Amino acid sequence: MNTDGRQDRGFVIGDRTFTSRLIVGTGKYRTNREMVAAIRASGAETVTVAVRRVDLDRSREEGILHHLDPDEFFLLPNTAGCYTTADALRYARLGRAAGLNDWVKLEVIGDEPTLLPDNAATLEAAVELVADGFKVMAYTNDDLITALRLEDAGCVAVMPLASPIGSGLGVVNPYYIREIKRRLTVPVIVDAGVGTASDACITMEQGVDGVLMNTAIAAAEDPVGMARAMKLAVQAGRDAYLAGRMQAREIAVPSSPLTGMVEPV
Amino acid sequence: MTIHRGAGEPAPVGGTGVPPANVSIVLNGECRSVDAGLSVAGLLRKLELEPGMVVVERNREILARAAVGATPVEEGDRLEVVHFVGGG
Repeated sequence: MNTDGRQDRGFVIGDRTFTSRLIVGTGKYRTNREMVAAIRASGAETVTVAVRRVDLDRSREEGILHHLDPDEFFLLPNTAGCYTTADALRYARLGRAAGLNDWVKLEVIGDEPTLLPDNAATLEAAVELVADGFKVMAYTNDDLITALRLEDAGCVAVMPLASPIGSGLGVVNPYYIREIKRRLTVPVIVDAGVGTASDACITMEQGVDGVLMNTAIAAAEDPVGMARAMKLAVQAGRDAYLAGRMQAREIAVPSSPLTGMVEPV
Repeated sequence: MTIHRGAGEPAPVGGTGVPPANVSIVLNGECRSVDAGLSVAGLLRKLELEPGMVVVERNREILARAAVGATPVEEGDRLEVVHFVGGG
């Protein structure tokens, strides 16, 4: 490994050092038992959670705190499902009032079919939440200008999508992801769109600081097996990035010596 | 029926000294009739919810955990009781 080149300086977001570059969601699992097993297999330290009404009739499952210990995992409340700045602020504050931490995964959706983010509303919400003392990790599309503005707004991390939420299409624009990573100082975590382990690996090979996924694990036939694969893929992609890949060429270059061949027949 | 009257709760309105038996509130979007004189903490107990596991918003204001015991449930209150669920 070329230790003169890229070095891993640890995964620091805001004032906190994280052990795993893989962040996972907790939605869409078939059972809570499977969710916990998959999260443990993924090695993730940070897991996202959503804020929703308590089911007063108890026909549905209990809250996730009955299954995930905040001492074992760093629970990151999100603002999923919010379409306006006002809603995002409300959900962020409800999440903080639960008393776990003052972090939020901010997302403000702008379009239902694609779940693509509303950049203007996201930026507006980020400014308010930072002023209110939140540590904001902002979900955004793969747009450099928005990413720069979210960093300027004081977000502790900027989280561009690989492709739409839940699509499993992988990184549709690796160049934009690389450019965002090159230009930002705060950590860049690719959030949404990873479908399988190769997507996670390719994502990390772009040099980003981390990757966040939910559906790719939860909707796999074997979520625990996929979680393990994602853990390895994220590590492999990070290692490959740090190792520095060979130059790609559209021509073959032999790997064995051209000299020393025996007399041709 | 237990009526919880914590410190800081307002006295019932009306001069007879007999509080109304019930108050109408909107709880998580549903109209409900609950015992008069309950605090928010008392309401959570009746709903068999652990106060440490939920967050309550009353008339669009988030209640600090420490305030639920002293906050009355009053006629017309709009309460949202939320918690963390699975999400990405």
